[in-house]
Amino acid sequence: MRNKWRPANLYLVAVFAVLYAPIFYLMFYSFNSGGTMHGFESFTWEWYAEVFQDTRLLIIVLNTLVIALLSAAISTILGVVGALAITHVRRHRRRKALLSLNNVLIVSPDVIIGASFLILFTMIGIRLGFTSVLLSHIAFSVPIAVLMILPKLEEMSPTLVDAARDLGASRLDVLTKVILPFIRPGIFAGFFMALTYSLDDFAVTFFVTGNGYATLAVEIYSRARQGISLSINALSTLIFLFTIILVTGYYFINRRGAKQVGWEAGK
Amino acid sequence: MRNSLKNVYLIPYCLWILLFVVAPIVLIVYYSLFDIEGNFTFANYANFFTPVYMKMTLSSFWYAFLITLFSLLIAYPAAYLLTKTKHKRLWLMLIILPSWINLLLKAYAFLGIFGTYGAANALLEVLGIGSQQILFTDFSFVFVSVYIFIPFMILPVFNALEEMNTGLIDAARDLGASGWTTFRRVVVPLTMNGVKAGCQAVFIPALSLFMITRLIAGNRVITLGTAIEQHFLVTQDWGMGATIAVFLIIAMAAIMVLTGGRKRGIELEK
Amino acid sequence: MKQLVQIFASVIIIALGLQYLVVYLNAEQGYSGDNTLTVYNWGDYIEPELIAEFEEETGIKVIYQTFDSNEAMLTKIQQGGTTYDIAVPSEYAISKMKEEELLLPIDHSLIPNLKYINPRFLDLSFDRGNEYSIPYFWGTVGIIYNASLLPEGIEFESWDDLWDDRLDNQILLVDGAREVMGFALNSLGYSLNDTNEEHLQEAKRKLNELTPNVKAIVGDEIKMLLAGEEAGAGVVWSGDAAEIMGENENLDYVIPKEGSNLWFDNMVIPKTARNIEGAHKFINFMLEPDNAARNAEYVGYSTPNQAAMELLPEEISEDERFYPDEELTERLEVYRNLGKRMLAHYNELFLEFKMHRK
Repeated sequence: MRNKWRPANLYLVAVFAVLYAPIFYLMFYSFNSGGTMHGFESFTWEWYAEVFQDTRLLIIVLNTLVIALLSAAISTILGVVGALAITHVRRHRRRKALLSLNNVLIVSPDVIIGASFLILFTMIGIRLGFTSVLLSHIAFSVPIAVLMILPKLEEMSPTLVDAARDLGASRLDVLTKVILPFIRPGIFAGFFMALTYSLDDFAVTFFVTGNGYATLAVEIYSRARQGISLSINALSTLIFLFTIILVTGYYFINRRGAKQVGWEAGK
Repeated sequence: MRNSLKNVYLIPYCLWILLFVVAPIVLIVYYSLFDIEGNFTFANYANFFTPVYMKMTLSSFWYAFLITLFSLLIAYPAAYLLTKTKHKRLWLMLIILPSWINLLLKAYAFLGIFGTYGAANALLEVLGIGSQQILFTDFSFVFVSVYIFIPFMILPVFNALEEMNTGLIDAARDLGASGWTTFRRVVVPLTMNGVKAGCQAVFIPALSLFMITRLIAGNRVITLGTAIEQHFLVTQDWGMGATIAVFLIIAMAAIMVLTGGRKRGIELEK
Repeated sequence: MKQLVQIFASVIIIALGLQYLVVYLNAEQGYSGDNTLTVYNWGDYIEPELIAEFEEETGIKVIYQTFDSNEAMLTKIQQGGTTYDIAVPSEYAISKMKEEELLLPIDHSLIPNLKYINPRFLDLSFDRGNEYSIPYFWGTVGIIYNASLLPEGIEFESWDDLWDDRLDNQILLVDGAREVMGFALNSLGYSLNDTNEEHLQEAKRKLNELTPNVKAIVGDEIKMLLAGEEAGAGVVWSGDAAEIMGENENLDYVIPKEGSNLWFDNMVIPKTARNIEGAHKFINFMLEPDNAARNAEYVGYSTPNQAAMELLPEEISEDERFYPDEELTERLEVYRNLGKRMLAHYNELFLEFKMHRK
């Protein structure tokens, strides 16, 4: 029985190996005293020391985190609202129109989003910087959050809501006690994807930032002219290890929590 | 009508749509009607139907198709196997995690790995195949694109597999269906929605890839996205860039309608 | 539900806490005070120590921001939502910015160090009387090659040498329409500012024939790729060539005999500038011979500063590859602003060349 899963496991291992190969490559060279990403000379901590001395780089990392967290949180909330709005539209055609509009931003090339947002912000008179970057990150994360939440909502049988209403629950009660708990996995998936989109984005931010404000992707791009400095590798290694620990830690804590709850409920 | 009146959620959501979706689309359509010197014209649209842009459109679709196909071929079994692992949620998160590392950095890493003296060629050398040019080929372009998009394919497929009622599989097996038949007749149809969502999430952005067309394919592959970027950033011919964007939006809408239409069919069957 | 609210609340609180930290760090570093100067320049295009020294000397805090193309910079400044005190565009971008009235005139009485600039680089067609711009660096476009990777006997004297059959899949080109179209035109004996349709088509046909030799058309990665011996030859800007040769000694740079492009990057003060006085101080500081020499040594491009030339080590200032003699300089041409429509046409032809398959 055990042997049967061997090739299967191998396949997964291969997928993970390829996914992580470039990251390990970056990590490996972050210890290269040679200063480039080819030809490993000798081991050094130099680049890590450089990261911690570079206050501007630290500010930029913090900027990136703030934008990612805030935009993910806000766009997930908007996403829940949007998904609810879409499910409440009963007419097929209108619903489809809404969905298509929702998806426009997912499929538009980043350059177009960036350029059109830039024009938009100039028209409204928003100063380029923190606000413009945050607004655009929220804007392009909303649709993916909606897409993650919508299937969960659709899966929910309408009878559940009707039953709750029949039992005298108010609209708000139905929302907080029935709907939200049910679509929770969708909400988390939405938040997670929004975070991914925000951290991943370069092109849109590149267009709408200004006045000295930068996120990591933009900074890396402008530093890349001379071939990337290995301090960026060192920084990425640190961020990567941090997220791995965070994600794994969160998972296991959450699991333990869930088990306890389950156990208490069982009692 | 009664419904839309009661639908309070629509207000903030529609506001967002108006500001960040409709307004930009209107702006893009508006810009597509002006030539580079700011005169009103339909010339951009005529220009789009010249052989240069037609060829570009075709090759964009071809590469997007290849990327989607390989993403699906790799992602489906991976997602399936993931659902069988012990800590599946954790593994799923770990699949998505690499996309948090800056794309440009990963592209540079691939430049190193695929280079003449890189790890990939060293491996080929050991295997006795000998050094090959990997960088700046169609292979490297499709490979790296699949690399970028694979989490977006695995996620919806994984969710679809998770939602599938395992009782159905057991039932099929009890009724004497072989593993393969069960997979083909039960698992695949039930996860079709996830597959579709994944294909949409990969195919459409793949049409407008840029940056890696330069970094990994050395501009040997030109997609519509590259052309848009060029027009917006280099030539400053925003009119032509906007025109290509209009066609991309139309293509996107067409794909959504096509795949969405079949979805309704399945719902009816249920 | 409670858990959901808790999680989202904590996420937002954490984010706001981090934002507070950012504001605090910015204030501590002096980035948010009034006495700042925002410099908008190409990436890695200044000796960082000079910024620190300027800050010490004047008490002005410098915010250094970078762009990767003249067009990106233009777009940002056109939109007006930004305040840059200094920008460093190339000559054709300067004439565009002048046309669109995006620049402030420079007060020469505040820049005494202007006298150090070689008159050859002053009063040029794109900015007569240097009313709006002060020279920063200049350079050429040429061929860089790695003899150890190429078949023996290949020499580069002329642009035509790129079309040699033995160079199959060996050439990297820089991703610029004017540069690539420019050398094709040069190789045919035309001006790189040519607007004659027949000449342009001829140049494009000639480029199509180059396709088998072209390995890739890339951006800034070209430096890394050439230094890493990924290809045997490349068409690059002179400053990039200097940098690559600093990393890998097997490479050499030539300016082909038919002539090539001569370009300038000048300092300007955009219209949106806030600290105009500081901007003048900065320009004057960069023209100080000692500073200009150190900057040139760090960046690797050619300095227009005559007094700085004398301070540079001879192996740099006497290097004809980067400071070509009069005779060759005669055959170098500055890009003229051909107008938007022509530029678009150049790009279209370049795009067709990129799509031409072997």
